[in-house]
Amino acid sequence: MKARVTVTLKNGVLDPQGKAIEGALSSLDFSGINEVRQGKVFDVDLENTNKNEAEKQLETMCEKLLANTVIEDYSFEWINS
Amino acid sequence: MKSALIQFPGSNRDRDMIAAITKISGEKPDLVWHTQSELGDYDLIVIPGGFSYGDYLRAGAIAARSPIMDAVREKAGKGTKILGVCNGFQTLCEAGLLPGALMRNASLRFVCREVKLLVSNNKTAFSNQYNENEIIRCPVAHHDGNFFADEKTLNQIEENGQVVFRYAEDTNPNGSVNNIAGIVNEKGNVLGMMPHPENLIEAFHHGLDGRPLFESALNKVA
Repeated sequence: MKARVTVTLKNGVLDPQGKAIEGALSSLDFSGINEVRQGKVFDVDLENTNKNEAEKQLETMCEKLLANTVIEDYSFEWINS
Repeated sequence: MKSALIQFPGSNRDRDMIAAITKISGEKPDLVWHTQSELGDYDLIVIPGGFSYGDYLRAGAIAARSPIMDAVREKAGKGTKILGVCNGFQTLCEAGLLPGALMRNASLRFVCREVKLLVSNNKTAFSNQYNENEIIRCPVAHHDGNFFADEKTLNQIEENGQVVFRYAEDTNPNGSVNNIAGIVNEKGNVLGMMPHPENLIEAFHHGLDGRPLFESALNKVA
């Protein structure tokens, strides 16, 4: 089973990289951009075929390593391989 | 006075730290590789600066999950003094031994320069050889030193007097909230700081402002 984990900065946490990207998009003449926030994506291929167990495993991975929950939120979805 | 220094793949300020500890305490620290899972009895355990694991994932994130950190956590719980400088600070935050997180510098630039630090709390085991509100010089060299904590945590840190060093005289190099440069845990036996006191301990460095920190931490008062 393959999952895609998305890690983003929490609301209210300053994202200077997102701001820089926002500025670069504006200088490319893209208009109407309210905000850009940068995040990370992890594709994790799991041996487990039991969805409940796999979800629990993923959640633990996120809490323990993939996200720093002081500053980041995470979510995941199943993707077709 | 027995000390240990933890080395990770990518540690690069370890030699400066070994030199500082050896010169000030007269004894070389034991070098401990990150794959070890046990630590002997020490008065001070140091995590030096560098780029452990190339800063992959987040600065200090992988180092914080290496086998040796369980032993460091156990020692911290027992009251052993732990000092983390630069990447060591990032690692201690990632390991949950210190509150908050260190994010990319607000300028998005790597900063390598000298800053001024205000000694905000001189009653810790690491800062008792400084005067209260003393301003000292200290070099910084980092890309991810922007200290952040949510409002509640920040209030707690401030109320408990856990902020030991603050960037002073408009020298905040990274956008850290409340100009925070170094903090201790609630018990006061774990200090993390972005600046490098080990680089200002002998005449050759053109300054001795880092020396009192090691003299307090190593109980080597001149």
